[in-house]
Amino acid sequence: MKTALITLLLIVCCFAAGTIAEPRLAATPLYKRHEGKPIEVLLGDSRRLFANQAFAKADAYFHSGMYPTIFDTRAPGKSSHLGAASGASQKDEHHEAGFLGEPKDIIDRFSRSFFPSEHKHLDEHSAADCDDPSHHHEKEGEHEHESEKAEGSSQISEILPWLQLTAELDPNKVENYVVGSYWLRNRLGKVKEAEEFLRLGLRNNPKSYEILFELGRIYQENHHDLDRARNLLQAALTRWQEQNNDVKERDNFLLSQIAWHLSITEAESGHWPEAIGAMQIVKSVSPNPAAVDARLAELRQGVIPNPETAAHTR
Amino acid sequence: VNKVWAIASVVIKELFRRKDFYVLFIITMVVSVLMAGVNIFNEPRVARYVKELCLLLIWVSSLVIAITTAARQLPFEREQRTLFPLLAKPVRRSRVLIGKFLGCWLACGGTLVCFYLFFGVLSMTREGTWPVLNYFQALMLHWFMLGIVTALTILGSILFSAPSSNITICFAIVAAILFLGRHLNKIALQLGEPLQAIVYGIYYLIPHLELFDVRDLIIHNWPLISWPVWAGALVYGACFTALFVWLGCVRFKKMVIH
Repeated sequence: MKTALITLLLIVCCFAAGTIAEPRLAATPLYKRHEGKPIEVLLGDSRRLFANQAFAKADAYFHSGMYPTIFDTRAPGKSSHLGAASGASQKDEHHEAGFLGEPKDIIDRFSRSFFPSEHKHLDEHSAADCDDPSHHHEKEGEHEHESEKAEGSSQISEILPWLQLTAELDPNKVENYVVGSYWLRNRLGKVKEAEEFLRLGLRNNPKSYEILFELGRIYQENHHDLDRARNLLQAALTRWQEQNNDVKERDNFLLSQIAWHLSITEAESGHWPEAIGAMQIVKSVSPNPAAVDARLAELRQGVIPNPETAAHTR
Repeated sequence: VNKVWAIASVVIKELFRRKDFYVLFIITMVVSVLMAGVNIFNEPRVARYVKELCLLLIWVSSLVIAITTAARQLPFEREQRTLFPLLAKPVRRSRVLIGKFLGCWLACGGTLVCFYLFFGVLSMTREGTWPVLNYFQALMLHWFMLGIVTALTILGSILFSAPSSNITICFAIVAAILFLGRHLNKIALQLGEPLQAIVYGIYYLIPHLELFDVRDLIIHNWPLISWPVWAGALVYGACFTALFVWLGCVRFKKMVIH
Protein backbone atom coordinates (compact mmCIF):
# COMPACT_ATOMS: atom_id res chain seq x y z
CA MET A 1 0.00 0.00 0.00
CA LYS A 2 2.85 2.34 0.93
CA THR A 3 4.66 1.62 -2.38
CA ALA A 4 1.49 2.25 -4.37
CA LEU A 5 0.89 5.57 -2.60
CA ILE A 6 4.48 6.73 -3.21
CA THR A 7 4.16 5.77 -6.89
CA LEU A 8 0.87 7.67 -7.15
CA LEU A 9 2.40 10.71 -5.43
CA LEU A 10 5.33 10.71 -7.86
CA ILE A 11 2.97 10.45 -10.86
CA VAL A 12 0.95 13.42 -9.54
CA CYS A 13 4.17 15.40 -9.02
CA CYS A 14 5.31 14.63 -12.57
CA PHE A 15 1.92 15.64 -13.97
CA ALA A 16 1.93 18.91 -11.98
CA ALA A 17 5.50 19.71 -13.07
CA GLY A 18 4.51 19.02 -16.68
CA THR A 19 1.49 21.35 -16.58
CA ILE A 20 3.61 24.13 -15.05
CA ALA A 21 6.63 23.76 -17.33
CA GLU A 22 5.00 23.00 -20.70
CA PRO A 23 3.29 26.40 -21.37
CA ARG A 24 6.47 28.23 -20.42
CA LEU A 25 8.71 26.07 -22.60
CA ALA A 26 6.35 25.97 -25.58
CA ALA A 27 7.45 29.40 -26.83
CA THR A 28 11.18 28.77 -26.51
CA PRO A 29 13.23 28.12 -29.71
CA LEU A 30 14.55 24.87 -28.23
CA TYR A 31 11.04 23.51 -27.81
CA LYS A 32 9.87 24.77 -31.21
CA ARG A 33 12.72 22.92 -32.87
CA HIS A 34 10.89 19.69 -32.12
CA GLU A 35 7.99 20.73 -34.31
CA GLY A 36 10.18 20.53 -37.42
CA LYS A 37 10.79 17.60 -39.74
CA PRO A 38 12.34 14.50 -38.11
CA ILE A 39 15.63 15.03 -39.95
CA GLU A 40 15.81 18.64 -38.65
CA VAL A 41 15.02 17.55 -35.10
CA LEU A 42 17.60 14.77 -35.20
CA LEU A 43 20.50 16.56 -36.87
CA GLY A 44 19.74 20.28 -36.49
CA ASP A 45 21.87 22.53 -38.70
CA SER A 46 24.58 19.87 -38.85
CA ARG A 47 22.42 18.11 -41.46
CA ARG A 48 23.89 20.51 -44.03
CA LEU A 49 27.21 18.71 -43.64
CA PHE A 50 25.63 15.58 -45.11
CA ALA A 51 23.91 17.35 -48.00
CA ASN A 52 26.96 17.17 -50.25
CA GLN A 53 27.24 13.45 -49.51
CA ALA A 54 23.63 12.89 -50.54
CA PHE A 55 24.14 14.95 -53.70
CA ALA A 56 27.30 12.98 -54.53
CA LYS A 57 25.29 9.80 -53.99
CA ALA A 58 22.85 10.94 -56.70
CA ASP A 59 25.87 11.42 -58.98
CA ALA A 60 27.15 7.95 -58.02
CA TYR A 61 23.74 6.47 -58.89
CA PHE A 62 23.88 8.30 -62.23
CA HIS A 63 27.14 6.41 -62.87
CA SER A 64 25.59 3.08 -61.77
CA GLY A 65 27.71 2.97 -58.64
CA MET A 66 31.06 3.70 -60.26
CA TYR A 67 32.26 6.77 -58.43
CA PRO A 68 35.64 7.96 -57.14
CA THR A 69 36.34 7.98 -53.42
CA ILE A 70 38.61 10.38 -51.58
CA PHE A 71 41.43 7.87 -52.06
CA ASP A 72 41.22 7.86 -55.86
CA THR A 73 43.30 9.93 -58.25
CA ARG A 74 40.35 12.06 -59.20
CA ALA A 75 38.42 12.61 -56.01
CA PRO A 76 34.87 13.98 -56.36
CA GLY A 77 35.21 17.58 -57.43
CA LYS A 78 33.12 20.66 -56.87
CA SER A 79 30.94 20.23 -59.93
CA SER A 80 29.04 16.98 -60.35
CA HIS A 81 28.63 15.28 -63.70
CA LEU A 82 24.94 15.21 -62.90
CA GLY A 83 24.97 19.01 -62.74
CA ALA A 84 26.98 19.33 -65.95
CA ALA A 85 24.62 16.97 -67.78
CA SER A 86 21.63 19.01 -66.64
CA GLY A 87 23.24 22.31 -67.67
CA ALA A 88 23.34 23.59 -64.07
CA SER A 89 27.09 24.00 -64.40
CA GLN A 90 29.62 24.08 -67.21
CA LYS A 91 30.91 20.75 -68.42
CA ASP A 92 34.16 19.63 -66.86
CA GLU A 93 35.99 17.71 -69.58
CA HIS A 94 37.59 15.24 -67.20
CA HIS A 95 38.03 11.63 -68.21
CA GLU A 96 35.72 10.04 -65.69
CA ALA A 97 36.49 6.47 -66.65
CA GLY A 98 40.16 6.88 -65.83
CA PHE A 99 40.07 7.61 -62.14
CA LEU A 100 40.82 3.99 -61.25
CA GLY A 101 43.91 3.90 -63.47
CA GLU A 102 45.79 0.71 -64.21
CA PRO A 103 45.58 -2.03 -61.53
CA LYS A 104 48.36 -1.44 -59.01
CA ASP A 105 48.76 -5.04 -57.88
CA ILE A 106 47.19 -8.49 -58.13
CA ILE A 107 44.59 -7.83 -55.40
CA ASP A 108 43.61 -4.55 -57.06
CA ARG A 109 43.21 -6.32 -60.42
CA PHE A 110 41.20 -9.15 -58.84
CA SER A 111 38.99 -6.85 -56.75
CA ARG A 112 37.75 -4.93 -59.79
CA SER A 113 35.34 -7.75 -60.57
CA PHE A 114 33.55 -7.12 -57.28
CA PHE A 115 32.57 -3.48 -57.60
CA PRO A 116 31.38 -1.30 -60.49
CA SER A 117 34.58 -0.56 -62.38
CA GLU A 118 33.24 0.25 -65.83
CA HIS A 119 32.07 3.73 -66.71
CA LYS A 120 28.45 4.01 -67.75
CA HIS A 121 25.51 6.29 -67.15
CA LEU A 122 22.03 5.30 -66.04
CA ASP A 123 20.49 6.47 -69.30
CA GLU A 124 22.94 4.78 -71.65
CA HIS A 125 24.52 1.41 -72.30
CA SER A 126 28.07 0.69 -71.30
CA ALA A 127 30.95 0.88 -73.73
CA ALA A 128 31.29 -2.90 -73.52
CA ASP A 129 27.63 -3.34 -74.44
CA CYS A 130 28.06 -1.07 -77.43
CA ASP A 131 31.18 -2.85 -78.66
CA ASP A 132 29.66 -6.27 -78.23
CA PRO A 133 28.38 -7.45 -81.66
CA SER A 134 25.99 -9.90 -80.04
CA HIS A 135 24.39 -6.96 -78.26
CA HIS A 136 23.54 -5.38 -81.62
CA HIS A 137 22.43 -8.72 -82.95
CA GLU A 138 20.09 -9.29 -80.05
CA LYS A 139 18.70 -5.79 -80.05
CA GLU A 140 17.85 -5.46 -83.69
CA GLY A 141 15.04 -3.25 -84.81
CA GLU A 142 14.08 0.34 -84.21
CA HIS A 143 11.25 -0.55 -81.87
CA GLU A 144 13.56 -2.36 -79.46
CA HIS A 145 16.03 0.52 -79.62
CA GLU A 146 13.26 2.93 -78.66
CA SER A 147 12.20 0.73 -75.74
CA GLU A 148 15.82 0.68 -74.53
CA LYS A 149 15.87 4.47 -74.61
CA ALA A 150 12.62 4.61 -72.65
CA GLU A 151 14.04 2.16 -70.11
CA GLY A 152 17.15 4.33 -69.77
CA SER A 153 15.01 7.37 -69.09
CA SER A 154 12.93 5.54 -66.50
CA GLN A 155 16.13 4.42 -64.75
CA ILE A 156 17.08 8.06 -64.30
CA SER A 157 14.38 8.20 -61.62
CA GLU A 158 16.81 6.25 -59.39
CA ILE A 159 18.69 9.47 -58.63
CA LEU A 160 15.56 11.25 -57.37
CA PRO A 161 15.52 9.97 -53.75
CA TRP A 162 18.98 11.44 -53.20
CA LEU A 163 18.00 14.79 -54.67
CA GLN A 164 14.93 14.83 -52.41
CA LEU A 165 17.09 13.97 -49.42
CA THR A 166 19.60 16.68 -50.35
CA ALA A 167 16.77 19.24 -50.35
CA GLU A 168 15.77 18.05 -46.86
CA LEU A 169 19.33 18.22 -45.61
CA ASP A 170 20.29 21.55 -47.14
CA PRO A 171 17.33 23.63 -48.34
CA ASN A 172 19.76 26.35 -49.53
CA LYS A 173 21.64 24.16 -52.02
CA VAL A 174 20.35 25.81 -55.19
CA GLU A 175 22.14 23.47 -57.64
CA ASN A 176 20.09 20.58 -56.26
CA TYR A 177 16.76 22.15 -57.28
CA VAL A 178 18.04 23.02 -60.75
CA VAL A 179 19.45 19.54 -61.34
CA GLY A 180 16.31 17.87 -59.97
CA SER A 181 14.08 20.02 -62.13
CA TYR A 182 16.12 19.21 -65.26
CA TRP A 183 15.84 15.44 -64.81
CA LEU A 184 12.20 15.56 -63.77
CA ARG A 185 11.13 17.81 -66.62
CA ASN A 186 13.38 16.86 -69.52
CA ARG A 187 13.98 13.17 -68.95
CA LEU A 188 10.98 11.92 -67.00
CA GLY A 189 8.33 14.29 -68.35
CA LYS A 190 7.22 15.23 -64.83
CA VAL A 191 6.66 18.95 -65.38
CA LYS A 192 4.29 19.37 -62.42
CA GLU A 193 6.74 17.74 -60.00
CA ALA A 194 9.62 19.78 -61.44
CA GLU A 195 7.70 23.01 -60.92
CA GLU A 196 6.76 22.03 -57.35
CA PHE A 197 10.39 21.20 -56.59
CA LEU A 198 11.54 24.54 -57.98
CA ARG A 199 8.87 26.42 -56.04
CA LEU A 200 10.07 24.70 -52.87
CA GLY A 201 13.58 25.86 -53.77
CA LEU A 202 12.36 29.39 -54.41
CA ARG A 203 10.62 29.52 -51.03
CA ASN A 204 13.91 28.53 -49.39
CA ASN A 205 16.06 30.72 -51.68
CA PRO A 206 13.94 33.68 -52.77
CA LYS A 207 16.91 35.51 -54.34
CA SER A 208 18.11 32.65 -56.52
CA TYR A 209 18.31 33.67 -60.18
CA GLU A 210 19.08 30.05 -61.13
CA ILE A 211 15.72 28.81 -59.81
CA LEU A 212 13.83 31.76 -61.31
CA PHE A 213 15.45 30.97 -64.67
CA GLU A 214 14.44 27.30 -64.50
CA LEU A 215 10.88 28.27 -63.58
CA GLY A 216 10.88 30.67 -66.50
CA ARG A 217 11.93 27.85 -68.83
CA ILE A 218 9.07 25.67 -67.57
CA TYR A 219 6.55 28.44 -68.34
CA GLN A 220 8.21 29.09 -71.72
CA GLU A 221 8.84 25.56 -72.97
CA ASN A 222 6.18 23.47 -71.24
CA HIS A 223 3.24 25.71 -70.30
CA HIS A 224 3.80 28.10 -73.27
CA ASP A 225 2.68 30.91 -70.94
CA LEU A 226 4.86 33.66 -72.42
CA ASP A 227 3.77 36.44 -70.05
CA ARG A 228 4.70 34.50 -66.93
CA ALA A 229 7.86 33.19 -68.57
CA ARG A 230 8.94 36.75 -69.39
CA ASN A 231 8.22 37.95 -65.84
CA LEU A 232 10.24 35.10 -64.36
CA LEU A 233 13.16 35.52 -66.77
CA GLN A 234 13.23 39.26 -66.18
CA ALA A 235 13.20 38.62 -62.43
CA ALA A 236 16.09 36.15 -62.93
CA LEU A 237 18.02 38.79 -64.90
CA THR A 238 17.43 41.41 -62.21
CA ARG A 239 18.58 39.01 -59.48
CA TRP A 240 21.63 38.08 -61.55
CA GLN A 241 22.57 41.75 -61.91
CA GLU A 242 22.06 42.38 -58.18
CA GLN A 243 24.34 39.51 -57.23
CA ASN A 244 26.96 39.57 -60.00
CA ASN A 245 27.65 43.21 -60.80
CA ASP A 246 30.14 43.68 -57.97
CA VAL A 247 31.85 40.30 -58.03
CA LYS A 248 35.13 39.32 -59.70
CA GLU A 249 34.04 35.99 -61.20
CA ARG A 250 30.65 36.61 -62.73
CA ASP A 251 28.35 33.76 -63.66
CA ASN A 252 28.36 34.67 -67.36
CA PHE A 253 27.34 31.16 -68.41
CA LEU A 254 23.97 31.52 -66.72
CA LEU A 255 23.59 35.15 -67.80
CA SER A 256 23.85 34.09 -71.44
CA GLN A 257 21.24 31.39 -70.85
CA ILE A 258 18.81 33.75 -69.10
CA ALA A 259 19.23 36.45 -71.77
CA TRP A 260 18.90 33.90 -74.60
CA HIS A 261 15.62 32.52 -73.27
CA LEU A 262 14.35 36.02 -72.53
CA SER A 263 15.16 37.04 -76.08
CA ILE A 264 13.27 34.05 -77.53
CA THR A 265 10.28 34.70 -75.24
CA GLU A 266 10.16 38.36 -76.23
CA ALA A 267 10.43 37.42 -79.91
CA GLU A 268 7.62 34.86 -79.59
CA SER A 269 5.48 37.57 -77.95
CA GLY A 270 6.22 39.93 -80.84
CA HIS A 271 8.32 42.32 -78.72
CA TRP A 272 11.19 42.61 -81.19
CA PRO A 273 13.12 45.57 -79.67
CA GLU A 274 13.17 43.81 -76.25
CA ALA A 275 14.24 40.57 -77.93
CA ILE A 276 17.14 42.36 -79.66
CA GLY A 277 18.10 44.03 -76.35
CA ALA A 278 18.26 40.66 -74.58
CA MET A 279 20.29 39.16 -77.45
CA GLN A 280 22.76 42.05 -77.10
CA ILE A 281 23.35 40.87 -73.52
CA VAL A 282 24.07 37.37 -74.85
CA LYS A 283 26.58 38.86 -77.28
CA SER A 284 28.34 40.81 -74.51
CA VAL A 285 29.25 37.60 -72.65
CA SER A 286 29.43 35.08 -75.49
CA PRO A 287 32.79 33.51 -76.39
CA ASN A 288 31.47 33.36 -79.97
CA PRO A 289 29.99 36.84 -80.73
CA ALA A 290 29.85 36.14 -84.49
CA ALA A 291 27.27 33.39 -83.88
CA VAL A 292 25.19 35.81 -81.80
CA ASP A 293 25.44 38.43 -84.57
CA ALA A 294 23.80 35.96 -86.92
CA ARG A 295 20.93 35.52 -84.40
CA LEU A 296 20.65 39.31 -84.04
CA ALA A 297 20.33 39.63 -87.80
CA GLU A 298 17.52 37.06 -87.73
CA LEU A 299 15.72 39.01 -85.02
CA ARG A 300 16.02 42.24 -86.98
CA GLN A 301 14.37 40.47 -89.93
CA GLY A 302 11.56 39.29 -87.66
CA VAL A 303 12.72 35.66 -87.51
CA ILE A 304 12.73 33.80 -84.22
CA PRO A 305 16.14 32.09 -83.75
CA ASN A 306 16.19 28.33 -83.63
CA PRO A 307 16.65 27.31 -79.95
CA GLU A 308 19.10 24.60 -81.08
CA THR A 309 21.58 27.29 -82.13
CA ALA A 310 21.83 28.46 -78.50
CA ALA A 311 24.74 26.10 -77.84
CA HIS A 312 26.89 27.85 -80.47
CA THR A 313 26.69 31.12 -78.58
CA ARG A 314 28.11 29.78 -75.29
CA VAL B 1 32.76 -35.73 -37.95
CA ASN B 2 29.73 -36.82 -35.90
CA LYS B 3 31.17 -35.19 -32.79
CA VAL B 4 31.89 -31.97 -34.66
CA TRP B 5 28.37 -32.00 -36.11
CA ALA B 6 26.86 -32.67 -32.65
CA ILE B 7 28.62 -29.60 -31.22
CA ALA B 8 27.68 -27.51 -34.27
CA SER B 9 24.02 -28.47 -34.07
CA VAL B 10 23.86 -27.28 -30.45
CA VAL B 11 25.23 -23.88 -31.54
CA ILE B 12 22.69 -23.64 -34.37
CA LYS B 13 19.81 -24.50 -32.05
CA GLU B 14 21.07 -21.94 -29.53
CA LEU B 15 21.12 -19.15 -32.13
CA PHE B 16 17.57 -19.87 -33.24
CA ARG B 17 16.39 -20.01 -29.61
CA ARG B 18 17.84 -16.56 -28.94
CA LYS B 19 15.95 -13.43 -29.97
CA ASP B 20 18.87 -11.58 -31.67
CA PHE B 21 18.12 -12.81 -35.16
CA TYR B 22 14.36 -12.27 -34.95
CA VAL B 23 14.76 -8.72 -33.62
CA LEU B 24 17.28 -7.77 -36.34
CA PHE B 25 15.19 -9.43 -39.05
CA ILE B 26 12.04 -7.58 -37.99
CA ILE B 27 13.90 -4.25 -37.76
CA THR B 28 15.31 -4.81 -41.28
CA MET B 29 11.85 -5.64 -42.62
CA VAL B 30 10.07 -2.73 -40.93
CA VAL B 31 12.67 -0.10 -41.91
CA SER B 32 12.90 -1.37 -45.52
CA VAL B 33 9.12 -1.52 -45.99
CA LEU B 34 8.67 1.95 -44.43
CA MET B 35 11.36 3.42 -46.70
CA ALA B 36 9.81 1.72 -49.72
CA GLY B 37 6.58 3.57 -48.95
CA VAL B 38 8.15 7.04 -49.22
CA ASN B 39 6.72 9.07 -52.09
CA ILE B 40 9.55 10.08 -54.45
CA PHE B 41 8.08 12.68 -56.82
CA ASN B 42 5.09 10.37 -57.54
CA GLU B 43 7.52 7.90 -59.17
CA PRO B 44 6.67 4.32 -58.14
CA ARG B 45 9.53 2.65 -60.07
CA VAL B 46 12.33 3.94 -57.85
CA ALA B 47 13.95 0.87 -56.26
CA ARG B 48 17.68 1.22 -55.82
CA TYR B 49 17.64 3.34 -52.67
CA VAL B 50 15.43 0.73 -50.99
CA LYS B 51 17.78 -2.04 -52.14
CA GLU B 52 20.77 -0.13 -50.83
CA LEU B 53 19.19 0.46 -47.44
CA CYS B 54 17.96 -3.12 -47.16
CA LEU B 55 21.37 -4.56 -48.07
CA LEU B 56 23.10 -2.22 -45.61
CA LEU B 57 20.80 -3.43 -42.83
CA ILE B 58 21.41 -7.05 -43.86
CA TRP B 59 25.18 -6.54 -43.73
CA VAL B 60 25.08 -4.82 -40.34
CA SER B 61 22.68 -7.42 -38.92
CA SER B 62 24.72 -10.35 -40.23
CA LEU B 63 27.94 -8.94 -38.78
CA VAL B 64 26.26 -8.36 -35.42
CA ILE B 65 24.89 -11.93 -35.40
CA ALA B 66 28.19 -13.50 -36.52
CA ILE B 67 30.47 -11.62 -34.13
CA THR B 68 28.26 -11.72 -31.03
CA THR B 69 27.39 -15.41 -31.52
CA ALA B 70 30.99 -16.49 -32.12
CA ALA B 71 32.41 -14.30 -29.33
CA ARG B 72 30.27 -15.79 -26.60
CA GLN B 73 30.68 -19.50 -27.43
CA LEU B 74 33.77 -20.46 -25.42
CA PRO B 75 33.56 -17.80 -22.63
CA PHE B 76 29.91 -18.74 -22.03
CA GLU B 77 30.75 -22.45 -21.83
CA ARG B 78 33.54 -21.61 -19.39
CA GLU B 79 31.32 -19.39 -17.24
CA GLN B 80 28.56 -21.98 -17.12
CA ARG B 81 31.14 -24.69 -16.33
CA THR B 82 29.79 -26.82 -19.21
CA LEU B 83 33.16 -26.71 -21.01
CA PHE B 84 34.77 -29.10 -18.49
CA PRO B 85 32.36 -32.02 -18.95
CA LEU B 86 32.57 -31.43 -22.70
CA LEU B 87 36.38 -31.62 -22.70
CA ALA B 88 36.27 -34.60 -20.35
CA LYS B 89 34.53 -36.59 -23.09
CA PRO B 90 36.64 -38.37 -25.71
CA VAL B 91 36.63 -35.42 -28.04
CA ARG B 92 39.67 -33.42 -29.13
CA ARG B 93 39.87 -29.76 -28.28
CA SER B 94 40.36 -28.91 -31.95
CA ARG B 95 37.09 -30.71 -32.77
CA VAL B 96 35.27 -28.70 -30.12
CA LEU B 97 36.57 -25.51 -31.66
CA ILE B 98 35.79 -26.62 -35.23
CA GLY B 99 32.31 -27.65 -34.09
CA LYS B 100 31.77 -24.23 -32.52
CA PHE B 101 32.98 -22.50 -35.68
CA LEU B 102 30.90 -24.69 -37.97
CA GLY B 103 27.78 -24.13 -35.84
CA CYS B 104 28.19 -20.35 -35.92
CA TRP B 105 28.95 -20.30 -39.64
CA LEU B 106 26.02 -22.53 -40.60
CA ALA B 107 23.69 -20.54 -38.36
CA CYS B 108 24.87 -17.36 -40.10
CA GLY B 109 24.17 -19.05 -43.44
CA GLY B 110 20.62 -19.86 -42.30
CA THR B 111 19.97 -16.27 -41.26
CA LEU B 112 21.45 -14.99 -44.54
CA VAL B 113 19.05 -17.16 -46.55
CA CYS B 114 16.12 -15.55 -44.67
CA PHE B 115 17.51 -12.06 -45.17
CA TYR B 116 18.22 -12.55 -48.89
CA LEU B 117 14.80 -14.11 -49.47
CA PHE B 118 13.21 -11.01 -47.99
CA PHE B 119 15.53 -8.81 -50.05
CA GLY B 120 14.64 -10.70 -53.23
CA VAL B 121 10.90 -10.36 -52.59
CA LEU B 122 11.28 -6.63 -51.80
CA SER B 123 13.33 -6.04 -54.98
CA MET B 124 10.88 -7.98 -57.09
CA THR B 125 7.92 -5.92 -55.89
CA ARG B 126 9.76 -2.74 -56.95
CA GLU B 127 11.66 -3.82 -60.07
CA GLY B 128 9.68 -6.84 -61.23
CA THR B 129 12.81 -8.94 -61.76
CA TRP B 130 14.29 -11.86 -59.82
CA PRO B 131 17.99 -12.27 -60.76
CA VAL B 132 18.48 -15.49 -58.78
CA LEU B 133 22.07 -16.13 -59.92
CA ASN B 134 23.21 -12.64 -58.95
CA TYR B 135 21.63 -13.06 -55.52
CA PHE B 136 23.21 -16.51 -55.20
CA GLN B 137 26.67 -15.10 -55.96
CA ALA B 138 26.17 -12.24 -53.50
CA LEU B 139 24.83 -14.57 -50.77
CA MET B 140 27.70 -17.04 -51.11
CA LEU B 141 30.32 -14.30 -51.06
CA HIS B 142 28.62 -12.77 -48.02
CA TRP B 143 28.52 -16.15 -46.29
CA PHE B 144 32.20 -16.86 -46.94
CA MET B 145 33.07 -13.37 -45.64
CA LEU B 146 31.13 -14.23 -42.46
CA GLY B 147 33.19 -17.43 -42.28
CA ILE B 148 36.39 -15.35 -42.01
CA VAL B 149 34.79 -13.04 -39.43
CA THR B 150 33.45 -15.97 -37.39
CA ALA B 151 36.83 -17.74 -37.39
CA LEU B 152 38.58 -14.50 -36.44
CA THR B 153 36.14 -13.90 -33.58
CA ILE B 154 36.52 -17.46 -32.25
CA LEU B 155 40.30 -16.99 -32.34
CA GLY B 156 39.78 -13.70 -30.47
CA SER B 157 37.63 -15.43 -27.84
CA ILE B 158 40.64 -17.63 -27.03
CA LEU B 159 43.12 -14.74 -27.00
CA PHE B 160 41.07 -12.17 -25.07
CA SER B 161 39.68 -12.79 -21.63
CA ALA B 162 36.39 -10.85 -21.89
CA PRO B 163 33.84 -11.31 -24.70
CA SER B 164 33.11 -7.56 -24.69
CA SER B 165 36.70 -6.64 -25.60
CA ASN B 166 36.78 -9.36 -28.24
CA ILE B 167 33.52 -8.08 -29.80
CA THR B 168 34.77 -4.48 -29.83
CA ILE B 169 38.14 -5.41 -31.36
CA CYS B 170 36.54 -7.65 -33.99
CA PHE B 171 34.05 -4.96 -34.99
CA ALA B 172 36.86 -2.40 -35.25
CA ILE B 173 39.01 -4.71 -37.39
CA VAL B 174 36.13 -5.68 -39.69
CA ALA B 175 34.98 -2.06 -40.10
CA ALA B 176 38.54 -0.89 -40.80
CA ILE B 177 39.07 -3.57 -43.46
CA LEU B 178 35.70 -2.92 -45.08
CA PHE B 179 36.28 0.85 -45.25
CA LEU B 180 40.03 1.01 -45.89
CA GLY B 181 41.09 -2.41 -47.21
CA ARG B 182 40.55 -1.54 -50.87
CA HIS B 183 42.46 1.75 -50.57
CA LEU B 184 45.41 0.71 -48.43
CA ASN B 185 47.64 0.28 -51.52
CA LYS B 186 46.84 3.82 -52.69
CA ILE B 187 47.67 5.17 -49.24
CA ALA B 188 50.92 3.16 -49.23
CA LEU B 189 52.00 4.57 -52.60
CA GLN B 190 51.76 8.11 -51.22
CA LEU B 191 54.11 7.29 -48.32
CA GLY B 192 57.88 7.23 -48.25
CA GLU B 193 60.02 4.20 -47.37
CA PRO B 194 60.03 2.29 -45.02
CA LEU B 195 56.37 3.18 -44.24
CA GLN B 196 55.35 2.30 -47.78
CA ALA B 197 56.73 -1.23 -47.47
CA ILE B 198 55.07 -1.69 -44.07
CA VAL B 199 51.64 -0.47 -45.22
CA TYR B 200 51.87 -2.46 -48.46
CA GLY B 201 52.83 -5.51 -46.39
CA ILE B 202 49.73 -5.03 -44.23
CA TYR B 203 47.69 -4.67 -47.45
CA TYR B 204 48.81 -8.11 -48.61
CA LEU B 205 48.47 -9.69 -45.16
CA ILE B 206 44.94 -8.67 -44.20
CA PRO B 207 41.91 -10.65 -45.32
CA HIS B 208 40.27 -8.40 -47.92
CA LEU B 209 36.70 -8.62 -46.66
CA GLU B 210 35.64 -5.85 -49.02
CA LEU B 211 36.13 -8.29 -51.93
CA PHE B 212 33.01 -10.08 -50.74
CA ASP B 213 30.95 -6.90 -50.62
CA VAL B 214 29.18 -6.89 -53.97
CA ARG B 215 26.26 -4.73 -52.84
CA ASP B 216 26.92 -2.08 -55.50
CA LEU B 217 26.73 -4.71 -58.24
CA ILE B 218 23.38 -5.92 -56.91
CA ILE B 219 21.96 -2.44 -56.29
CA HIS B 220 22.84 -1.15 -59.76
CA ASN B 221 21.87 -4.37 -61.59
CA TRP B 222 25.34 -5.15 -62.94
CA PRO B 223 25.81 -8.45 -64.78
CA LEU B 224 27.03 -11.63 -63.09
CA ILE B 225 30.59 -11.85 -61.81
CA SER B 226 32.66 -14.25 -63.93
CA TRP B 227 32.26 -17.68 -62.29
CA PRO B 228 36.01 -18.51 -62.10
CA VAL B 229 36.68 -15.11 -60.46
CA TRP B 230 33.79 -15.69 -58.06
CA ALA B 231 35.10 -19.18 -57.21
CA GLY B 232 38.56 -17.66 -56.71
CA ALA B 233 37.13 -15.27 -54.12
CA LEU B 234 35.50 -18.19 -52.29
CA VAL B 235 38.81 -20.07 -52.23
CA TYR B 236 40.54 -16.91 -50.96
CA GLY B 237 37.93 -16.66 -48.17
CA ALA B 238 38.20 -20.37 -47.35
CA CYS B 239 42.00 -20.06 -47.00
CA PHE B 240 41.76 -17.24 -44.47
CA THR B 241 38.98 -19.05 -42.59
CA ALA B 242 41.12 -22.21 -42.41
CA LEU B 243 44.10 -20.15 -41.21
CA PHE B 244 42.15 -18.54 -38.35
CA VAL B 245 40.49 -21.81 -37.33
CA TRP B 246 43.88 -23.57 -37.36
CA LEU B 247 45.48 -20.80 -35.26
CA GLY B 248 42.54 -21.07 -32.88
CA CYS B 249 42.96 -24.84 -32.60
CA VAL B 250 46.71 -24.50 -31.90
CA ARG B 251 46.09 -21.87 -29.22
CA PHE B 252 43.14 -23.76 -27.70
CA LYS B 253 45.16 -26.98 -27.42
CA LYS B 254 47.83 -25.23 -25.36
CA MET B 255 45.37 -23.22 -23.30
CA VAL B 256 45.13 -23.92 -19.58
CA ILE B 257 41.47 -23.86 -18.63
CA HIS B 258 40.49 -23.13 -15.02
